[in-house]
Amino acid sequence: MTTSPTTDVTASDSPGVSGAEIRLDRVTKRYPNTAAPAVEEFTMTIPAGKVVVFVGPSGCGKTTTMRMINRMVEPTSGTITIGGRDALHIDPDQLRRTIGYAIQQAGLFPHYTVAQNISVVPGLLKWDKKRIAARVEEMMDLVGLDPGTFANRLPRQLSGGQQQRVGVARALAADPPVLLMDEPFGAVDPITRGNLQDELMRLQSELGKTIVFVTHDFDEAVKLGDKIAVLGDRSTIQQYDTPDAILANPANDTVAGFVGAGASLKQLTLMRVRDVEYSTDEVMVVTEDEHPATVADRLTKAGRTYALVVDDRHRPLRWVHVRELAGRSSLLQVGKPVGDAISTQSTLQDALEAILTEGGRAVVTGSRGEVVGTIDITTVTDVIAGVREEHGVGEAG
Amino acid sequence: MSLWQYVTERWDRLSLQAWLHLSGVVQCTILAAIIGVAVGIAVYRSPAGSAVATALSSTVLTIPSFALLGLLIPIVGLGVTPSVIALTLYGLLPIVRNTIVGLAGVDPAVTDAAKGIGMSRTGVLSRVELRMAWPAILTGMRVSAQMLMGIAVIAAYAKGFGLGSEVFSGLTRAGSANSLNQALAGTLGVVILALLLDGVFVLISRLTIPKGVRD
Repeated sequence: MTTSPTTDVTASDSPGVSGAEIRLDRVTKRYPNTAAPAVEEFTMTIPAGKVVVFVGPSGCGKTTTMRMINRMVEPTSGTITIGGRDALHIDPDQLRRTIGYAIQQAGLFPHYTVAQNISVVPGLLKWDKKRIAARVEEMMDLVGLDPGTFANRLPRQLSGGQQQRVGVARALAADPPVLLMDEPFGAVDPITRGNLQDELMRLQSELGKTIVFVTHDFDEAVKLGDKIAVLGDRSTIQQYDTPDAILANPANDTVAGFVGAGASLKQLTLMRVRDVEYSTDEVMVVTEDEHPATVADRLTKAGRTYALVVDDRHRPLRWVHVRELAGRSSLLQVGKPVGDAISTQSTLQDALEAILTEGGRAVVTGSRGEVVGTIDITTVTDVIAGVREEHGVGEAG
Repeated sequence: MSLWQYVTERWDRLSLQAWLHLSGVVQCTILAAIIGVAVGIAVYRSPAGSAVATALSSTVLTIPSFALLGLLIPIVGLGVTPSVIALTLYGLLPIVRNTIVGLAGVDPAVTDAAKGIGMSRTGVLSRVELRMAWPAILTGMRVSAQMLMGIAVIAAYAKGFGLGSEVFSGLTRAGSANSLNQALAGTLGVVILALLLDGVFVLISRLTIPKGVRD
């Protein structure tokens, strides 16, 4: 899983919430001529402005459950309210125009241009032409497609990833409070998929929609979800909690099986270096113009063996060992270059990677690339232990 | 008298017959298209319905045209009516079948998305499904039109319209003056009209099939 810098642009403090709360109450779907219902007594509250991911094995009913929210599947019984309105007593076509809908194959209209595809829902809502044109442009910018280049292209002239972007733009065009996404990134290559996930997180931090996202990829759920619902047969809720809590303490064997091996490693993708206590004074920092003898002297006095050489703007250059300093006249050519420096925005997973390749300790840099501290493996293990304890694993085991 | 002389001397009558022939075939094709597409829309969602509709329209095609006209004359009398009924029935099969195939071939993800973003049932049909099935429907109409060009000749037997009467009277008077010319003029006329109409269909597909759907 890659994390691009675009993911981190906003502090998650107070994004504007434009979403609406969705409540499902004892929602059941029973198909004729089948013994067991496809979805049985499904009750859940999806908080406004949050991303809730339904994960579960194929055929568990997660898609059916999602499709009942916009009534692509009519519930047999139960109630669904969206932002306080009873969804089952609104004309389904009208209802769907207020709910964004993005699906796996994008489902773009092949005979419409990109711009025409995006303007379908505003058109159905009878917006005037000027407003639609402005909105189309805004949406294309939002999903990272240049309107000048792409507005008049046909879907088949786009790559899979671009088609998905148009699909998302079309879903968001009428500014619906709720967005339903059914494995929207399931059919694209892993790199594009990672980029689209990052884009969606960026979008969401700006828009604050209520998003119901269906996937069978648990890593995707961990990355995107504010909350994850792990679903079993007949769409029964096995666990509905934050990714953090599910990873630390799976409710039962089904969830544990779904979380799979490496729960702690996945946990690391959820946390960023800035959230943990990395050390700021463990390593001696020296500038290039200092004399090697002085540095060696200071290292010996402090009882240390390594120093970090930085440039005049405090950016990390090289690690030097005290032995390398003997007989040198300058620090310019001495030492082993710093490989992977990580920023305070990096995930702990990236940090761990850097720690392993750097040999035990990695340099942490700030927003301008300056050294702000270092992080080592015990910091990472302490964090994992702390999380497990917080979610009650420590006492049990 | 050469064929050329025959045609130039009787141009008035021949051109009128040709016009009636063409116009009759075009009208019957349009009528068959309206009925055929409607039938296709009615049945394409159900495999059983599709099978029945295709089988029925195929059955019509297996009835010899003479026999069908002969059956119709006692019911609706001579003239244009039995010819129009017969031609429309024959024209149905390619259109019904192609409409069903075309509509069933629309990518389910596209119709799902269309419904999911709030298009009404008729909106999905008219703005998405029929647009995407249009190339297939048009091909069906083209096949029908070609077929009807030939069958319309037989309609002269029921005192219908068009160049068939030339062919028939030429053949019945075989041996007498200009009988061969008359039959030939009628036959060649039908061939030329068929080619012309086919050209028109090519033009229509160029103009009406959206770029994103064209192969």
